[in-house]
Amino acid sequence: MTLNVTQEWQGVLDKIKNWARINSPWAIHYNSGSCNGCDIEILATLTPRYDVERFGIKLQGSPRHADVLICTGPVTRQSRDRLLRIYEQMPDPKFVIAVGTCAISGGVFQGCYNVIGHIDEVIPVNMYIPGCPPRPEAIIDGVVKLLTSLQAVPESATA
Amino acid sequence: MMTVAAPTTQKSEKFIVPIGPQHPALKEPGHFEFAVDGEIVTDATVRLGYVHRGIEKGTESRNWAQNLYLLERICGICSHTHAFAYVLGVEQLAEVEAPPRARAIRMVVAELERVHSHFLWLGVGAHEAGFDTLFMYSWRDRETVMDLLESLTGNRVNYSACVLGGVKFDINGEQTKGILEGLDFLEKRTHHYLNVIQQDALFLQRTRGVGVMTQQQARQLGVVGPTARASGVARDLRIDAPGQHYNDFNVNMILETDGDLAARFVVRIRDLFESYRIIREILSNMPEGDLVVKRMPRKIKAGETISRVEAPRGEAFYYIKSNGSEMPERIKVRTPTLCNMASVLTLTVGQHLADVPMILVGIDPCFSCNDRSVTVTQPSGQREHWTWEQVRRFGIEYYQRQGGQ
Repeated sequence: MTLNVTQEWQGVLDKIKNWARINSPWAIHYNSGSCNGCDIEILATLTPRYDVERFGIKLQGSPRHADVLICTGPVTRQSRDRLLRIYEQMPDPKFVIAVGTCAISGGVFQGCYNVIGHIDEVIPVNMYIPGCPPRPEAIIDGVVKLLTSLQAVPESATA
Repeated sequence: MMTVAAPTTQKSEKFIVPIGPQHPALKEPGHFEFAVDGEIVTDATVRLGYVHRGIEKGTESRNWAQNLYLLERICGICSHTHAFAYVLGVEQLAEVEAPPRARAIRMVVAELERVHSHFLWLGVGAHEAGFDTLFMYSWRDRETVMDLLESLTGNRVNYSACVLGGVKFDINGEQTKGILEGLDFLEKRTHHYLNVIQQDALFLQRTRGVGVMTQQQARQLGVVGPTARASGVARDLRIDAPGQHYNDFNVNMILETDGDLAARFVVRIRDLFESYRIIREILSNMPEGDLVVKRMPRKIKAGETISRVEAPRGEAFYYIKSNGSEMPERIKVRTPTLCNMASVLTLTVGQHLADVPMILVGIDPCFSCNDRSVTVTQPSGQREHWTWEQVRRFGIEYYQRQGGQ
């Protein structure tokens, strides 16, 4: 959203938007062919022991409300279009996290006939979290690192 | 006042509600189409295959040991089941027998996996009913069994416990103590959950008498596992085909006869008590000996075999054919969710759309096993895409309105 304001005010608005985004990123999760292992670990991060909501991260349903797309698994031929569609429906700026070895390299499914490959062959990825599956701590660490990197962007831009 | 309806135009109105393949509640993609007349579901279809990766074909280009790791990743929730069924089949073909201690350890991991899977499912089921408190509690307690699995195998998911001809790790005294302590805690919590699902009036409103499957229907639809046992069909491979593994340990059949969703919850919770008992029995009668057979051939003798294992969701079936080389000629896997999926399509017809999420979750679907999403169709061919969240919300709000009347 760009309002018709002076450059100075635009800078202030950007800062506010960025502050809000870092403090409550909304995430959407899509499984494009995973074995489910990463998905249950992502769900586990929401539950009391790990409780990712304390960072303001909320997992919710619609791509149109999401800032972060969390992908698991290699991309299968059938889910490729879905993955692209979800990515395109997300408003800018958007960030993609690839969770798990399969999402990063295709993992154990390399060479299976219905697997196209890894996530960044289809959509650009900002953060990779390796592991089969990554522990919930690793997933939280990945998300926090992504948020920290966001924090750095506008400051350098304004400097 | 008399109103003259136009039956012809009304009849042709078919509204389809499509759901998925992306939805936050079920962690995997699947696509369903429900045709609804008002609020009653008149037809249901499912489109599977979003997570079809071609694993069966993939096994043919990997050797016997590599396949273990590939097949384990058919499903992250019941990974041990797949490894278990695969090694059973390969050992049959190679005519080797895993040592008794290895068999006992395999069973301990299999039962711990059942505990983790049922807790996971209880949480997801409660979430679909809008009972998020139970979801959070059951997943908190589930972490106990995840810790136990991690202390044994080194990984929380995809344990990789089995190798061809044995297991990878031993269970020492300290770990045994840890498991027993964990089980005591879980048993106490499980009693609490059994109370909740049998007594909570709001929860019972969503489960009692919903999605009733008679014993005859269960047989006709060929459902397996806890879904079948909730309808009074005695079907548990640990009892029906114990093999070398469950032969030494007695397993009791957990049966419920109501056949509704409440029964499916009760069966799984009672299943947990049975699993606790089995684990304790195995740990107190742990046989001594080797963990792996002395020699496991790289090339498996030509031949074909089947092996079956009771997964948390029902019967996992493997057909393995070898041509005597280092790689299998054919591996066919049939997972329990596929058997149970037909029951969802049959049971949802005639039910309220609001009950659909619960009925689907009632079979404990696992799409990566089976490969899932939902479309609701209204009688004119008009289509409306719903996300799973929308259906879930619809269900919860529907029952809130009902409660308000």
